[in-house]
Amino acid sequence: MMSAASKCVENCIRTKLQNRFDPKVLQLVNESYMHNVPKNSETHFKVVIVSNEFDGLPLIKRHRLVNETLSDELKNGVHALSIVAKTPSQWKDEPIESSPGCRGGFGK
Amino acid sequence: MSLLRQMINLSKTTRIGPFYIHSKFLSTKTDDPIHSHIDKLVKNNKIVVFMKGVPQAPRCGFSNAVVDILNIHKAKFDAHDVLKDENLRNGIKEYSNWPTIPQVFVNGEFIGGCDIMLQLHRSGELDKILLNNEPKKDTQEKPNV
Repeated sequence: MMSAASKCVENCIRTKLQNRFDPKVLQLVNESYMHNVPKNSETHFKVVIVSNEFDGLPLIKRHRLVNETLSDELKNGVHALSIVAKTPSQWKDEPIESSPGCRGGFGK
Repeated sequence: MSLLRQMINLSKTTRIGPFYIHSKFLSTKTDDPIHSHIDKLVKNNKIVVFMKGVPQAPRCGFSNAVVDILNIHKAKFDAHDVLKDENLRNGIKEYSNWPTIPQVFVNGEFIGGCDIMLQLHRSGELDKILLNNEPKKDTQEKPNV
């Protein structure tokens, strides 16, 4: 039922990150299925982003930039955003590590 | 854009009277009860964690990972369960201008959430941060400009 619209948040996140960071690598994983939320939810995401925009910035500032770019999504339904933010020189093409499993606290 | 963020973006340092005040102190609304409450909590112990559940029974994988990392480092810490207090859950996000839980503070300074703790642990930097008894200098994080 939600299949057509179900990637609407994911697509929006992708577009915003693409426009803001002109990333060399952008991988977005919807990890909502790992959590206690309805099927096809868009609540938990992991983003791997490689961009020159992160040059010279400490980790926390890189994360803040990503969080700010997606502040609307984070205020409206996106509940968890796991971020790997690297510069092109730091990037090695590694498999994306899965986030830790849910322990039932969502929405409580 | 929230008022908080606007304030952070305004300038790195603001002069009030004869004093220069770093904008991060302006961004904590000390007149707001929850903000002054959180201010006390983060300064109450060297390491303070805001998490879902309690260290013995975390109720979120990310919170669990943060507890695991701190335990590996044999760190003692205060933990506050945001699931028990909706005010705290929302307040802490505003206080640190960080949208997700868990959140870790060392010497009253916001360090990061699960991803950052994991990377600091892997890079070896976490040891230095946890051993450091001084409040972090502003070089670690400046307001976004």
